[in-house]
Amino acid sequence: MLEAAPSTEAYLMLSGSLFAIGLIGVVIRRNMITVLMAIELMLNAVNINLVAFSHRLASLEGQVFTIFVITVAAGEAAVGLAIIIQLYRLKSTINVDEARTLNG
Amino acid sequence: MTPAFAVFLLIGTIAVASSILVIAMRNPVHSALFLLLTFLCVAVLFVMKGAEFVGAVQVLVYAGGIMVLFLFVVMLINVRHLPDEKVLSNFWKGGFAVGLGVFILFASVVRPGVYHDERPNKARLTQVSERIWTESRKTPAKYVYRRVNRTNANSEAVGMALYRDYLVPFEVASLFLLVAMIGAIVIGKRELSAVEEETAQQFILDRVEVEKEVKEAMSA
Repeated sequence: MLEAAPSTEAYLMLSGSLFAIGLIGVVIRRNMITVLMAIELMLNAVNINLVAFSHRLASLEGQVFTIFVITVAAGEAAVGLAIIIQLYRLKSTINVDEARTLNG
Repeated sequence: MTPAFAVFLLIGTIAVASSILVIAMRNPVHSALFLLLTFLCVAVLFVMKGAEFVGAVQVLVYAGGIMVLFLFVVMLINVRHLPDEKVLSNFWKGGFAVGLGVFILFASVVRPGVYHDERPNKARLTQVSERIWTESRKTPAKYVYRRVNRTNANSEAVGMALYRDYLVPFEVASLFLLVAMIGAIVIGKRELSAVEEETAQQFILDRVEVEKEVKEAMSA
């Protein structure tokens, strides 16, 4: 499997499209849970990049870094979901357009 | 087309389609299930690039942990969507423009043959070399150190890198998880109202009394 794997360029294109889809999701959706899911999608696209280059350059650093990115994603999801719960208690909605008290 | 590339095309198409569905679905539960499908496809892609351990971690942490967290929160806050409610935010045109721009930027950088490099030794990803304390081959009673090489040991190689070369970042990551956990608890905690604050002690004492009575009734 190692030698027959698809090229790095194919992986980079795939991760670029996943990242763009995640970015679009972050900006266009109003539901905060879906926004958080789109952020997870973007982090996953970055992980694909790291693993592809780890294979290309034959160094383990990419895979180790991927594990750290997964750690950060787990912590970010926990804190983000806690914020969503608190926002729901405060405003009875999870619409990001409603959370604009900081609007000045 | 090699079989590996056919598998890559299939899995990549599923990943892109399900990630589009993640941001297109109205119901967050459906979004979460398509996100699960995307994570599993990405895990397959990791394994195809020789990163078996990262693929396993992807399935365990993302598909097992983070998705359950998302589904719990969806269940807790119980959002009902009205049919005529808007899904898109006010800047959806700008969002599409920015996303397409970023994709075009990436696609213009990634061209076949851009990344020229000498072919490095791929075995380094899966090979572990270690000194073990074992019986000498010549004189069986004598114990010596012998160097052994193991191939097909991606998990072991990642573990060696993680616990030997990256030990301090690993500990910092564990501290980060602790801080994130404390932060999530503090943020998600419900403030008691003034009435609840006053009655909380009496409430706990009442509960203790009830439990005591139940225990006595059970033992009698």
